[in-house]
Amino acid sequence: MLSIQDILETNRMIAENKLDVRTITMGISLRDCAHPDIEIFCRNIYDKITRTAERLVRVGEDIEAEYGVPIINKRIAVTPIAIVAESCRSDSYFPVAQALDAAAKTVGVNFIGGFSALVEKGYTKGDKILIQSIPEALARTDRVCASVNLASTKAGINMECVREMGYIIKHAAELTRDRDAIACAKLVVFANVPEDNPFMAGAFHGVGEAETTINVGVSGPGVVKRALEEVRGENFGAVAETIKRTAFKITRVGQLVAQEASRRLGVPFGIIDLSLAPTPAVGDSVAHILEEMGLESCGAPGTTAALALLNDAVKKGGLMASSFVGGLSGAFIPVSEDAGMIRAVEIGSLTLEKLEAMTCVCSVGLDMIAVPGDTSASTISAIIADEAAIGMINNKTTAVRIIPVPGKQVGDRVEFGGLLGHSPILAVNTFKADDFIARGGRIPAPIRSLTN
Amino acid sequence: MRVVITIIGQDQVGIVAMVSTTLAEHNVNILDINQNIINSFFNMVMIADMSAARLSLKDLQQLLREKGEAMGLEIKVQHEDIFKIMHRI
Repeated sequence: MLSIQDILETNRMIAENKLDVRTITMGISLRDCAHPDIEIFCRNIYDKITRTAERLVRVGEDIEAEYGVPIINKRIAVTPIAIVAESCRSDSYFPVAQALDAAAKTVGVNFIGGFSALVEKGYTKGDKILIQSIPEALARTDRVCASVNLASTKAGINMECVREMGYIIKHAAELTRDRDAIACAKLVVFANVPEDNPFMAGAFHGVGEAETTINVGVSGPGVVKRALEEVRGENFGAVAETIKRTAFKITRVGQLVAQEASRRLGVPFGIIDLSLAPTPAVGDSVAHILEEMGLESCGAPGTTAALALLNDAVKKGGLMASSFVGGLSGAFIPVSEDAGMIRAVEIGSLTLEKLEAMTCVCSVGLDMIAVPGDTSASTISAIIADEAAIGMINNKTTAVRIIPVPGKQVGDRVEFGGLLGHSPILAVNTFKADDFIARGGRIPAPIRSLTN
Repeated sequence: MRVVITIIGQDQVGIVAMVSTTLAEHNVNILDINQNIINSFFNMVMIADMSAARLSLKDLQQLLREKGEAMGLEIKVQHEDIFKIMHRI
């Protein structure tokens, strides 16, 4: 029989510490939708998505009500559009983004991911068209998310694409300058991208995936912070153990929700993404976990070690709680979506350079970073190159989601709204990398031994 | 299906009576009750069986929420599995 303490603990996690399931993401293959006529292609994908995901939102809401655990987002990820649109006789995939947006609105999901290209080794015709279509696609739709994988440990870094993405990000910012460059918040540039990630903006349905899948992303930084308050002053063995136990409990909730969603929708369960995903809400911050470990403010010396311990313990605790784990799994450090990170930037303890160091040990990379609008395309490309190099060499996923906000300078603030949060503008090193980025070509894949 | 009912609020006469009467009226069988009062704050957890119930979980949630609000109580009804999966391997 359940004890009263267990029951009250679970409900306290939900009510006070903001335990939630961050997203149920349905992956849908669009490989059978290809057609040379882009209008027919768009109709095919709209029909397939709205038919396949028709009950997704309702089932999510039913599970939320029955178990009393909030399920914040219901989302859709599709096959990278660069692949499935490639046979269309068209020089722009913007109509495809419109069809995805319309399908997302019809089924009631708040984001749809997969306006994506995988170009770590080179471009195909479809990849080129897709990347060129990204600024307009993100500026003129509401719910479409785009991603580009331009590096991997096995292939190296596609520096042609690194250069191009600097311009694409600047263009996307310019097209949405009246909305604080919101288009850039829906675009992620990856190295070693996972093909089953349920989190936006980087979700897509990989080519090795089944016809449809259900992937679930859990969260709960507030629960971990609360648990660590009980072991103040104890050594790191106790800290790691406490995080593992908490991650186990959080993940079990995700596993239950994933199994139920899979059963009720008749769609195979893919993976649980064991992530600590913060929100701007008070008590839902990854930075506050690091500070609870004994740092005065996130970004202080010691932050990278604290984050390394956190990231590792979350995975160790969560692994046993779920039958299949995948996605990005770890601790996210998006600046504008984390109240503690925002404060740390405001008081000057957290800088872009320290964030870069943190991405060596966190689950993803430079995330939701607002920078001055006059940051050049080549500087943005160089930041992407640095981040891709960290991912390539360390055999991990890294990413860049950077927002050069037109007309804004260091000291200004931007407001993205909702889960995307708000942020001060971060300072960027102003020394130039123009000639470095102008070279193009590829950085070769790295050696995997003699690792010093 | 077994559900967990948690009731939290200011202690007053008739809380247990109201909840148990409501459950009995709809043929929901109480399996376990745990209750305590800390600083005049009422805390109760019930485990109940809904397999012969004459209403759905959603309807029971709404009914008890409304009756609870009328007495200044917060009443939640949740499927038991959310607790079992977290605390039992």
